[in-house]
Amino acid sequence: MTDPQTPVGAAGAATDEAPVTATAAANAPSAQAAGGGRSFLPKSTLLRHLVILLLCAVGAVILLEITSPFQNSQLATLSYYAIAAGGLTVLTGLNGQISLGHGALMAVGAYTTALFLQDREASLPLPLILLVSIVVATAVGALVGVAAARLHGPYLAGATLALAVGLPGLALYFDSVLGGEQGLRVRAPQAPEAFDDFIGLVSGNSPTNTKWLAYVGTICLLITYFLLANLVRSRIGRTWRAVRDQDVAAELAGINLGAWRVLAFTVSAAAAGLAGGVLALVVRLAAPSGFTLVLSLSLLTAIVLGGLGSLLGALLGSALLVFLPPFVTDLGADWGLDNTEAAQLAPLVYGVVLIVAMIFAPAGFVGTVRLRWLTYRAKQRMAAARASSGG
Amino acid sequence: MSRSSRRLVSFVAAAAVVSTVAACGGGSDDDGGGGGGGGENEASDIGITEDSIKLGAHYPLTGVAAPGYSEIPTGVDAYFDYVNENGGVNGRQIDYIYRDDAYNPTNTSQVVNQLVLEDEVFAIVGGLGTPTHSAVLDFLNSEGVPDLFVSSGSLLWGEDPEANPYTFGWQTDYESEGKIIGQYIAEEFPDAKVGLFLQDDDFGEDGEKGINQFIEDQVVATVRYTPGNTNVAPQISELQAAGADFVVGFNVPSYTALSQLTALQLGYTPEQWFYSNVGSDPTLVGSLLARFSQGAVSDASLLDGALTTDYLPTVDEPDNPWVQKFQEIWDASGQEGELTNYRIYGMSMAYTTVQALQAAGQNPTRDGIVEAIETAGADWEGPVLAPFRYSEDSHMGTSGMSISRLVGTSSEEVQPIRVTDIGDADIEEFDGEPASPPDSGIPDEDSAVD
Repeated sequence: MTDPQTPVGAAGAATDEAPVTATAAANAPSAQAAGGGRSFLPKSTLLRHLVILLLCAVGAVILLEITSPFQNSQLATLSYYAIAAGGLTVLTGLNGQISLGHGALMAVGAYTTALFLQDREASLPLPLILLVSIVVATAVGALVGVAAARLHGPYLAGATLALAVGLPGLALYFDSVLGGEQGLRVRAPQAPEAFDDFIGLVSGNSPTNTKWLAYVGTICLLITYFLLANLVRSRIGRTWRAVRDQDVAAELAGINLGAWRVLAFTVSAAAAGLAGGVLALVVRLAAPSGFTLVLSLSLLTAIVLGGLGSLLGALLGSALLVFLPPFVTDLGADWGLDNTEAAQLAPLVYGVVLIVAMIFAPAGFVGTVRLRWLTYRAKQRMAAARASSGG
Repeated sequence: MSRSSRRLVSFVAAAAVVSTVAACGGGSDDDGGGGGGGGENEASDIGITEDSIKLGAHYPLTGVAAPGYSEIPTGVDAYFDYVNENGGVNGRQIDYIYRDDAYNPTNTSQVVNQLVLEDEVFAIVGGLGTPTHSAVLDFLNSEGVPDLFVSSGSLLWGEDPEANPYTFGWQTDYESEGKIIGQYIAEEFPDAKVGLFLQDDDFGEDGEKGINQFIEDQVVATVRYTPGNTNVAPQISELQAAGADFVVGFNVPSYTALSQLTALQLGYTPEQWFYSNVGSDPTLVGSLLARFSQGAVSDASLLDGALTTDYLPTVDEPDNPWVQKFQEIWDASGQEGELTNYRIYGMSMAYTTVQALQAAGQNPTRDGIVEAIETAGADWEGPVLAPFRYSEDSHMGTSGMSISRLVGTSSEEVQPIRVTDIGDADIEEFDGEPASPPDSGIPDEDSAVD
């Protein structure tokens, strides 16, 4: 599939430059020190990621057990934002496609989960329900991906924007099945007894439903990031980067651009589907007003702030999304603003943070840190080389 | 509820007025051991300390739903401040926290988590919106948090107390409102060809269900709009084509403005417009009309002569003693802005909340306040025009409405209050006396729990 627009003209030139800084975070080798040698982690990518997964799992359990019930619920919220942002960062950071429609794909996952949980007695086991949500969202994502594979930049953004605006409307149209404006209420399944035993064993905290949902979200998050990290390090990830950086060269090398773009969109849609399923469980509702354009846009801002293409960046960006507004609101209330003014402060501060980040750290948090680190290393090597040649 | 027991309630309610009025002289300034009768204040439940009660709420303070609705919590706040200045409830100061959900259920779930788990409120009071509050209904009931006086007329809050034992409605539900409107049309406009203009969700559906109980054969067209889609020309022209000369709208204020402007464009002039309570605030509709028409229509004069329903006194009745009292309290609160119908709504809801807290006794518990509302709530007198339906079998809010005609910025009553209930319950004229506010402006209910 060819794209006649990219090889020539200013647009092509602009995209050549942009990935270098904007997606600096995407090119980071996963977790191990770039130079090798000094790392204690195994050399094999899969083994290394397994070790990191295990460490993160232990860290997550500790984090969930030392935090308050409310912070547990915030972490549950963080988990679904981070899953969706992780999928989006693979699409945007690694493959260079912009999607404004991920909120709608989350809606697909959320409604699927909600529909399967309507009859609490006869419902399928939770992992299976989430799996079905992923499959349905993947199917929708593949469909959109095929349509979008020929599109680029603003055109793709426009097409996915239509998805974000249009899809929640289906819930209003088929209101007998999908609950209309009210949405579908979700009764999250009870925690299994093994969970109660586990919590009793680990910390002795009370195994509330909030905690259970936080664990479900965290487990989904860890699995998603593990799979995405492996994918990014594999031949597939390299091919995506090739398509992003130089599509002409990639095509000459025998890469079918369209097929790889569709694949990236599909993988990303699968993550969004899972995120939607977790959202339905945590929010206890799937309603159109939960999947407005604002959701898609905040996912995009999260990955840009964190660092395009980096899973860690996606996680950090999502954390900002979850923790910044209540923090600012409480700060505003402490300064003596009334509740209404304090609430209005949160979007303002978020906007300011976004603008400041775009001006001073266009590569996002992870990208900026990585660029600084690379510059520092390069200077050191130059100094070392000069010293050895001089002596 | 049967006819005879309803009579009984009315009688008891009337008796309660007399006793409340009589008790007012001496009952207002005992701030120590008020309703409970002796004993010490204790930290009896989560959110209750010896000298404070913490209450929480979620409202749209930012975003599309904020105009109008964001004024409600300022009214609640002003009233609670007033109560606090006058000694609080049983010597406890009310600490009221409201948080922004931007009318997005995802946010509602987060802020209510914060209110319940971090702020540790005793109860949620007046959470606004049907889709938003649905998201937290199960959570609040499974955590055992009283979920009082939801700001929405959905049947969800009060229909099934067994499923949601901690949730109580407050305002008249949309189905009862539809029934009262339907009966009024059947009696006063038996020859009218009625067109229904409905929001395409439970709000419109419940209203339609009520109306159709009385005038199904008079309805010539039923059209629905989807919230968010601002083009209602197809719907309005369908009403026009069907020859409807009496249009009833179950819609939100912005669609009152849109339907008026669209009808103006199409040259459609039905003899009578009837907007349900939600969509008829003349001040808000006037400002929306001005905005949507880019100044071509500057006020709510298009609404002149339209009919609407009321369950609370409104700012256009400056002689109403409740409005005067609330005006006094609002002016004393020193907050910005005028007293509006939304602020009256908030203050009235806060008034009911204080009644509930008093009825829950000197040391309220979460289960105790539920029991208190179930046993005593149906007898409470307040700014709300008709009595509440609270009992063990129903958590529905107020049962009745009056119908009035908008004249300029004011309104005149065309049908006094009638009361009814959901389903096929009869509609009856309300024969109770209108309550007048206690001199102190603060209710004085006895404890309804042991």
